[in-house]
Amino acid sequence: MASKNSSKEKSIGVVGMGSFGTSIANILAEKSKVIAYARRPEVVDEINTLHKVEGLPINEKIIATHDPEYLCKSCDTIFFMIPSAGFQEVVRLFSPYLYPYHIVIHGTKGLCLNLPQGKTLEEVGTISRSNILTMSEVILKETVVIRVGCLAGPNLAKEMYEGQPAATVVASKFNEVILEGQRLLRTDKFQVYGNSDIIGVELSGVLKNIIAIAAGALAGLGLGENAKGLLVSRGMVELVYLGNAMGGSVKSFIGLAGIGDLVATCNSTLSRNFTVGYRLAKGESLEEIMNTMEEVAEGINTVRLMKAFVEGTNMRAPITENLYKVLFGDLKIEEALQYLMKYPFSVDVDFL
Amino acid sequence: MENTYVKHQYEHILPKKDEWPVVKLSKNRKEFVKKVAESAKKSVLDLTGESVDLLKEELETTLYREKLRIKQNPWAVDPDDEKDFWNKVKSKLVQLSAEASLTKTQKKKHYIAILDEITMRYSEEIASNFVHTHYKITRRIVTFGFSRLLNAARVKGFKSIFSNQYTLQDKIQITGETDQIRELAAKGTIVMVPTHFSNLDSILIGWVISVLGLPPFIYGAGLNLFNISIFAYFMNALGAYKVDRRKKNLIYLETLKTYSSESLQFGVHSLFFPGGTRSRSGAIEKKLKLGLLSTTIEAQRANFQKGVTDSQGKIFIVPVTINYHFVLEAPSLIQEYLTMTGQERYYKESDEFSTSYKIFKFLVKFFTKGSDISVSIGRAMDVLGNYVDAEGNSMDKNGRQINTMDYFLSAGKVNIDAQREEEYTNFLGRRIVEEFHRINRVFSSHLVAFTAFEMIKKENKKMDLYSLLRLPEDDIFLVYVEFKEECERVLKRIYELEAEGKLQVAPHLKQGIDAIIDHGLANVGMYHAKRPLVKNDLGNIETQDMTLLYYYHNRLEGYGLEKLF
Repeated sequence: MASKNSSKEKSIGVVGMGSFGTSIANILAEKSKVIAYARRPEVVDEINTLHKVEGLPINEKIIATHDPEYLCKSCDTIFFMIPSAGFQEVVRLFSPYLYPYHIVIHGTKGLCLNLPQGKTLEEVGTISRSNILTMSEVILKETVVIRVGCLAGPNLAKEMYEGQPAATVVASKFNEVILEGQRLLRTDKFQVYGNSDIIGVELSGVLKNIIAIAAGALAGLGLGENAKGLLVSRGMVELVYLGNAMGGSVKSFIGLAGIGDLVATCNSTLSRNFTVGYRLAKGESLEEIMNTMEEVAEGINTVRLMKAFVEGTNMRAPITENLYKVLFGDLKIEEALQYLMKYPFSVDVDFL
Repeated sequence: MENTYVKHQYEHILPKKDEWPVVKLSKNRKEFVKKVAESAKKSVLDLTGESVDLLKEELETTLYREKLRIKQNPWAVDPDDEKDFWNKVKSKLVQLSAEASLTKTQKKKHYIAILDEITMRYSEEIASNFVHTHYKITRRIVTFGFSRLLNAARVKGFKSIFSNQYTLQDKIQITGETDQIRELAAKGTIVMVPTHFSNLDSILIGWVISVLGLPPFIYGAGLNLFNISIFAYFMNALGAYKVDRRKKNLIYLETLKTYSSESLQFGVHSLFFPGGTRSRSGAIEKKLKLGLLSTTIEAQRANFQKGVTDSQGKIFIVPVTINYHFVLEAPSLIQEYLTMTGQERYYKESDEFSTSYKIFKFLVKFFTKGSDISVSIGRAMDVLGNYVDAEGNSMDKNGRQINTMDYFLSAGKVNIDAQREEEYTNFLGRRIVEEFHRINRVFSSHLVAFTAFEMIKKENKKMDLYSLLRLPEDDIFLVYVEFKEECERVLKRIYELEAEGKLQVAPHLKQGIDAIIDHGLANVGMYHAKRPLVKNDLGNIETQDMTLLYYYHNRLEGYGLEKLF
């Protein structure tokens, strides 16, 4: 084993320099040396020579690399900030260089499908909890790292980049991971809360994307605040039920990562998921929207997986199910809305 | 994993008994007991922080509970001076709280002195009384006596009593990673974690350990077993330390955990039944008792802290399953289970293992009739559930060598983090349960019991479990042809699971289906007065006891086989 007793403070690793990854790297660089991993060589060069990502200036102390081994050797704590679609692949790339002394914290709000080899979602139809992995479960499955945490909360990357005040949740089963996350991230403008229910916090960030798409659609239809209030609160109920069925606790869903994030994304044109819903309501097709978006809207995949999950259980999730028909079927948004208005919700809140 | 049963005599890995860790420990018994008491005291003080009030409260609670226990639940093994001891503690505590002249620090000193006495007493009580000559005698009795019985029953003729045609290993088959455990026992410290179905298990495992040529393991045996003289002798001889489940106070639990942790650090191989008690339902343990398990993680970390980073300081977890056709205590266990889980009151039968006579009767039955037992030794793991190779190196899922110490590092140094170790204990518990299912060996009797019960359940879909179990046995029968078909379906799935490495299959399941069913029917719960399954005169399948059928059915829980129905 490599000697780990160097007296120098180790660097902090950031894997993935998308908008969120860049914002986190900037915050980290205020206190620590940061090594960032980017897959594309031109991004690495841009960071190392110009100290910029996609033309936007970043902290000069951030060094970039495309060598996973170098990053893992230089860092004890690593932040994975990659979209869920590429998450598993990148984790596998890093896996040979990760050891049990590493702490990994991720900031990805997505789910990963875990089917037996060679099967697709279309073939299987319905899925159960064991077929869905949250990102922390992907890390546990693919690597030997056990001290895993996640970041979630209302963290719109652009606002964070501008240095506006915000807060996040670091969730982990391990206190030491939470403390490490707080130590590294907390600044005057960035508050960091801890939560031990990592699954609940991850699911909050994931499931709220469904509601964000719906909120965008309402805005696109030109509906007002009453409708949005209705959607957010009904969406919350659905989120709690789905989240519970997936193993999260109610407490986490009504916290910063749940309600906090839901309010932020449902009101923001900066949110990608919101934008998807908005453009759908304006008449664009899903294909057109996906082709012209720079970064993925996690919510689309989430709707697909959760719909298959709902069918595998005996639950009803009207918003998710109807959104699925709009995204992947030929249901019109207006019709979906009508359906929701007629749906016999009788009780306001019955999960507390 | 190979399918053949291991049947040969192993050389002892440490021929000289003076090299046995357990002998070394018993030679140092006095100092060791003191060391345990001392560190248990420290950990209680850690838990109460610096607060005198908390410490006082802990002492008072302990006193209160102990006095209550002595009054309400006395046992034959309890020492005579128990009452006196606790009365003395009481008067000291009363005196101390009345004393106004003492300063806080002085008071604290006195309280610590009382704590010291208690941990010392507990430590002395828990410590094992391993005596090598007793061990030798016991081993001889077990192997010699048993094989005499066995040969008398199976080989005909007057001289059969001296025949050596059958040995105990024909009766109790040992399979799995026997070579690995032998190698690792010479390199580091083994913690064997078996499933627990019967009171017979501890003697059985003791015998297995000796057949494999390993030095004796120490293990925590319920103090209640020491009430029975036969067991007390065997247990002491096999290196048992005493676990008193009546004592639930913090000081006792800390002393017990410290005893285990210190023995592991001393290098003594240990045996835990991680389920805590016998499985009541007949299913493989799903939830483990984590208290003792946590001591493996603590001891491993302590060894790393002391700088013992080679295999000598490494702790290896070896899961073991014991597979039975027949569990003597099944009727009372399942009744207890149903009373615990169900709303219905079930009347409780007496424990079959309550007297030495009953045990003897069972042993005679067991050896003179043919019911086989197999013991599967699983692959050794480190304390985080990673498999280890023959050298004792941990391997990750991809076969890469990793260092267990890395799990305990923070910023490059081994540190103590109680919350982390608690999570690691949960993790290890889940890994052990996984391995139990993987090395569990399916018998014909499990197959028939599972299939029959699921068929009856399907026919009475609308009933809940308790109504189902109350169905009059006379009304239930399964047509043989249908039963056979269903057995084949389940068996097919079992083979698939075997191919996926998710369970193991006994060799007797590799024959024709009729033969398997006959074998299963003949063996399932064979010595019970009421048989869980029988073939009636018409050749159809009947049950004489639904709850017993349920018990034996439960053995195949946890594989998703019920989805076939």
